[in-house]
Amino acid sequence: MTLWFVFALMTAAAIFAVLWPLGRRGRPQNDASEATVYKDQLAEIDRDLAAGLIGRPEAEAAHVEIGRRLLAAADDQRAPPAAASLKLRRVAALMALIGLPILSAAFYLPLGSPQLGDFPLAERMRSPGANQSLDNLVAQVEEHLEKNPTDGRGWNVLAPVLMRLGRYDEAVRAYRNSITYNGDSADRRADLGEAIAGVAGGVVTAESKAEFQRAVALDAADVKARYFLGVAAEQDGRKAEAAAIWNEMLASAASDAPWRPLVQAALVRVGGSSAPALPDGAMEAAKDMGEADRNAMIHGMVDRLATRLKQNGGDVEGWLRLVRAYMVMGDRDKAKSALTDARQAVANDAERLRQLNEGLKNLGLDG
Amino acid sequence: MIAEAGHYALVLALGLALIQSTVPIFGARWHDPALMNVARSTALAQMVFALGSFAALVTLHVTSDFSVVNVFENSHSLKPMIYKITGVWGNHEGSMLLWVSILALFGGLVAAFGNNLPLSLRAHVLAVQAWIASAFYLFILITSNPFLRIANPPIEGRDLNPVLQDIGLAVHPPMLYLGYVGFSISFSFAVAALIEGRIDAAWARWVRPWTLLAWIFLTLGIAMGSYWAYYELGWGGWWFWDPVENASLMPWLAGTALLHSAVVMEKRNALKVWTILLSILTFSLSLLGTFLVRSGVLTSVHAFATDPERGVFILLILCVFIGGSLSLYAWRASALKQGGLFAPISREGALVLNNLFLTTACATVFVGTLYPLALEVLTGDKISVGAPFFNLTFAPLFVPLLIAMPFGPLLAWKRGDLLGAAQRLFAAGIVALVTVAVIWAWTRGGSALAPLAIGLAVFVIAGALVDLTERIGLFRVPVAVVARRARGLPRSAWGTVFAHAGIGVALIGIVCETTWNSEYIGTMKPGDVTHVAGYELKLDRIMQRQGPNFREMVVPFDVSRDGRQLSTMTPSKRSFTTRETTTTESALLTRGVSQLYISLGETTADGAITVRIYHKPMVLLIWFGPVLMAFGGMMSLSDRRLRVGAPKPARAPRALQPAE
Repeated sequence: MTLWFVFALMTAAAIFAVLWPLGRRGRPQNDASEATVYKDQLAEIDRDLAAGLIGRPEAEAAHVEIGRRLLAAADDQRAPPAAASLKLRRVAALMALIGLPILSAAFYLPLGSPQLGDFPLAERMRSPGANQSLDNLVAQVEEHLEKNPTDGRGWNVLAPVLMRLGRYDEAVRAYRNSITYNGDSADRRADLGEAIAGVAGGVVTAESKAEFQRAVALDAADVKARYFLGVAAEQDGRKAEAAAIWNEMLASAASDAPWRPLVQAALVRVGGSSAPALPDGAMEAAKDMGEADRNAMIHGMVDRLATRLKQNGGDVEGWLRLVRAYMVMGDRDKAKSALTDARQAVANDAERLRQLNEGLKNLGLDG
Repeated sequence: MIAEAGHYALVLALGLALIQSTVPIFGARWHDPALMNVARSTALAQMVFALGSFAALVTLHVTSDFSVVNVFENSHSLKPMIYKITGVWGNHEGSMLLWVSILALFGGLVAAFGNNLPLSLRAHVLAVQAWIASAFYLFILITSNPFLRIANPPIEGRDLNPVLQDIGLAVHPPMLYLGYVGFSISFSFAVAALIEGRIDAAWARWVRPWTLLAWIFLTLGIAMGSYWAYYELGWGGWWFWDPVENASLMPWLAGTALLHSAVVMEKRNALKVWTILLSILTFSLSLLGTFLVRSGVLTSVHAFATDPERGVFILLILCVFIGGSLSLYAWRASALKQGGLFAPISREGALVLNNLFLTTACATVFVGTLYPLALEVLTGDKISVGAPFFNLTFAPLFVPLLIAMPFGPLLAWKRGDLLGAAQRLFAAGIVALVTVAVIWAWTRGGSALAPLAIGLAVFVIAGALVDLTERIGLFRVPVAVVARRARGLPRSAWGTVFAHAGIGVALIGIVCETTWNSEYIGTMKPGDVTHVAGYELKLDRIMQRQGPNFREMVVPFDVSRDGRQLSTMTPSKRSFTTRETTTTESALLTRGVSQLYISLGETTADGAITVRIYHKPMVLLIWFGPVLMAFGGMMSLSDRRLRVGAPKPARAPRALQPAE
């Protein structure tokens, strides 16, 4: 209702703008004319002459010229006197009173969507059932895809969302369709493999391994596929092979590749060379420690971090480090609960929530 | 509600524009002051609604309301705030709304500050302005409505074209539109004069500030666009004779001609009919530019969205306004009184010469831009008219123009003394020749014409200074008198000096940059060192970094000269995931008015990267010149005084003071 009230006010203001001059009586206060300009020009010549900018003969010649124009303009001034044409004014007033609202309605109603409210980002973030609306969205996309099953882009959009929601078996189907309709690519094969592993509760099955191998065949540098091939080797008990794969990845990676810490952590897990990303000094100290001491130190650091984050939950980087640390230590349950805590802590801040999700994705934790 | 209120405000603005375009005309016809005054109040109300509508769209972009199609398609919630705002006009619909808002703004300004206009002239001007506005409101509402909604809004937007995510977008389009649209005022004045059948020196006095304002903004807008292209596109070029650039250059050339012919009209009451024609042509060329960019006829960074329906609509607007105004001109121009006479050698004559060269230059650009399009339509052949054509046609037109330029201000009105002017320019000529000789002796390599071109530029600058010294009588009269005259000199005269000198400054930049620019293109690995123009550049390392809505590869270079470390330059390549595009961010190092320029190419398999390094001597002068010109324009604009051109009497007794 407010909306229609605002529309009515705006229309009234517009009509008023037309009616206002029509209702005013008397001669207009505006009597500007060419003669004024010429008179000003004559004054200007006198000023220029006084300032010594032009000589007297020039000034006199200019005086004569402008005087002639002034006379001509005064002749033209015999314009017909102002006449109030009441009939025309009434027509104009009617145009404003009736024509303006009709025209506005005729344009606005077919084009506008008065039933829709605003939907700014801040409001979307505040709405309690963010997941609820995500589920709705997924439902909408699925409905669309049921009608247009060959829409590759739709499958492409849907699949990662399903992964994030933990609906792995549906994600597998979505990735398969995406490959069918968008064409084969290393990324899609790797994603498919990850989804299959997700169905199996994180175990890289033979089927999933086959997908990763296809991905690597398509693009030997595909990071996700290589990483998971390493995981497969690890799960098969071939730790040396896993370490070899991951070491090779690290060797060929840029120094600040986002997945580097993840792979380093994995290496530590299988007893490879690389240590988890720790402050430099701590690394030096840890080198000289025994296995038990080192573990104690790491546990201590992780606990301290967890305590700090309980007090100050806004530190996205900290949360990511904590989740990563738990994963390195092989403590999946703790990692999961830390993840939930982190989501709760930053839920009110859209920017941070996004950073967190982005970071989790980089960790290979899509959900 | 904001979206719908903005939409409705736009519809109301259309309704008001329709009333504004009819009622005042009847009022003027029947001499009813109240009806004529409707123009004023509706123009102000229309401005309020149009600006309100634009403000609504800005708000929607800022709050990332993806229930609006335009916001969803061109914004992203992660985008930095400045690009959320500039993204409003970084797309077709939003930029058209900005266009029409500026149109309404100018109309409102005429209504608010037009108290010194005769009532019927103001009524006609605002009515014509409303015709243009109505056409564009209809265009926006029907074909490019920025307020269309999505019933089930998506979570995330599609992001703005990454090339446009730059501070340049905050400055270049608004400036350019202020220029383009500003010329609509002189167009409206011209059409109003044709309708009234009266035109005189007073008309020119009323049009002058609007034309000048538009010209200043257009000058700055073009210069800014050129600088943006220079650092963003990564080729190190600053002007490509691209059709879209030409589309902005044409109104500038015509507008510059208009500026000069309007001076003749205001001061001497001559060239009236020609000035009217130029006003019409200048705005027509602005409209043509809008059509070329927005219809999808051309493909370039500027063509955001191409849609044949829009093209046809704009073509229709173009035909109605250009065809209509030119027909009106053909019909009514003969009814206008001819103006004063003048001898061929006079200030008026010099300005006519200026107009001839500028309009011819404009015509060559017009042909070079539209000929390929026409040929493609007629025969289907695709040809491209590039820099060689324009260099061959444009330069020969500008050389005589620049040679003649210093003479103009030194000639007297009505009948001038060419020999006298030449004598007074003798000093400027000497300075120019010495410059040529010095440069010839000093430089090796490069075009033999370059020193001559620089000599010409120096002549233009020195000529502007000679004009100044002549006017204030420097070196000839006592210092006290000089100071008094300098204070008394109209600011418009100072403006002329700055604007003319600005041309010379820009020319020096252009010549130096094109002649002595040195470059290195090759692949480099971390640790590699290369030498360009005496600078030593060492590729330090290649690293990755995360930005707010992109990832970037940053490659720092250590720059040193003669073994002394100067600075670190960090060019980068950004990849934007949402649109899956990459942009190159070149690094610039300014040394005086010269620049070092590094831009990155592709990475090779073995970890090396292609780099382009340029050293561009004096390159900043190219943009400093236009800034100087705009500054001159602003000085002239700030001069509220009347302009009078005192004629030189036929047989003058020995002048006591030098003629102005």
